[in-house]
Amino acid sequence: MKRRVVITGVGVISSLGNDAAVFWNNLLEGKSGIDKITSFDVSDYPTQIAGEVKDFNPEAYMDKKEVRRTDRFAQFALAASKMALQNAKLEITPEIAPRVGVYIGSGIGGLATWEDQHTVLMEKGPRRVSPFFIPMMIANMAAGLVSIETGAKGPTSSAMTACATGTNAIGDAFKLIQYGKADVMITGGAEATIRPMAIAGFCSAKAMSTRNDEPQKASRPFDRDRDGFVMSEGAGVLVLEEYEHAVKRGATIIAEVIGYGLSGDAHHITAPPENGEGAARCMQDALHDAEIRPEDVGYINAHGTSTDIGDIAETRAIKTVFGDHAYKLAVSSTKSMTGHLLGATGGVEAIATAFALRDQILPPTINLDNPDPECDLDYVPNKARRADVKVAISNTFGFGGHNATIVLKRFEA
Amino acid sequence: MADTFDRVKKIIIDRLGVEEEKVVMEASFKEDLGADSLDVVELVMELEDEFDMEISDEDAEKISTVGEVVKYIESRQ
Repeated sequence: MKRRVVITGVGVISSLGNDAAVFWNNLLEGKSGIDKITSFDVSDYPTQIAGEVKDFNPEAYMDKKEVRRTDRFAQFALAASKMALQNAKLEITPEIAPRVGVYIGSGIGGLATWEDQHTVLMEKGPRRVSPFFIPMMIANMAAGLVSIETGAKGPTSSAMTACATGTNAIGDAFKLIQYGKADVMITGGAEATIRPMAIAGFCSAKAMSTRNDEPQKASRPFDRDRDGFVMSEGAGVLVLEEYEHAVKRGATIIAEVIGYGLSGDAHHITAPPENGEGAARCMQDALHDAEIRPEDVGYINAHGTSTDIGDIAETRAIKTVFGDHAYKLAVSSTKSMTGHLLGATGGVEAIATAFALRDQILPPTINLDNPDPECDLDYVPNKARRADVKVAISNTFGFGGHNATIVLKRFEA
Repeated sequence: MADTFDRVKKIIIDRLGVEEEKVVMEASFKEDLGADSLDVVELVMELEDEFDMEISDEDAEKISTVGEVVKYIESRQ
């Protein structure tokens, strides 16, 4: 029998704040977290802007020695996880530890570590490559570190599906609780790739905006003048909990998770099919899993990365799934403000979607000045607005043709 | 001796994140300073760079205290 799963805590590290409440408030105010890259010299790069995390102090979450042995993405994951557990007011006692799991993914992993140690290899030779290189670099270490540092001893795993990573992690974690493998899951995504190799690689793939003179206007999903995505970094982690477990300990419930859908495009390494066929099947699968009708959905937190093909394909997919109702529901891309957190994006967007349901306010799509004629849905342009929404979905799609959607519901006992 | 000890101590404090007063000649890397096997490998690399010498794996395995490291380095200088 399927068990009910609810969200009882969240934690965010992002360019719009290292605190979930601050992050949410900035989304509702339509603020952009994008700016010039400061962490390295970008003068030779076509793209010179990103959503960097500011004022992050890893020592607030782990001891000094451990900071040196972990990559930035894993530090983000741990910080967001600790905040989520605190928010959930959940103490992982030895009694419940085997029933508390961790499922946190990263699209790329420890890229900073890769770059630094490759330089060491080239300059000093193989005998100087750090013994911490492998454990710092592997993308599953976000989940490993969180398990080690919090004492969660249940299922501990990791997703790695490029930009769908966070949603796959949350969806898989949801299923683990739904089918009884765990009672609590700490889940989401983490990414820290504002580094020369990733910026150069995405630039060469012609995937990123080069609107360097107007950083805050660069991420403009569904707008006629969009020119690619804007990379950002951070982590979004949720505490998912079996409903009775949450009620018994008097937890505050933010929203309910009711469905998870997945599909593959079987099409191309970086591009979706133009008709969004894979994305459409993914959303249909999610609605079927949630046992709801398309008309029940009031809000979609879109993948909406601000790329030419992606935004059109997603719009077409929404029309395929929802028919006439596509023009009645609201769609927004919070990436217009946060930028694209790659493997962490599903984490922070699930949190934004949950808050939208809790507060009955939809975060906007900013920079939507002249909608693309091919993008003709209600994208909540430029200003947050109140709405009566019972069910919302969050879409994420990754390179390789990985599609993942989760379905959240306003909590009612 | 004092100079070697100070240089070794500085590396240990930096790499293992331990309090200065804990780094004494008798201190064991694993028991007293909380080093795991990966920390020890990294420490050996640092010491090789700092003292411009090679420490073989066999020699490194025999060293377990700060004093043994200092003595080993002194004997090879």
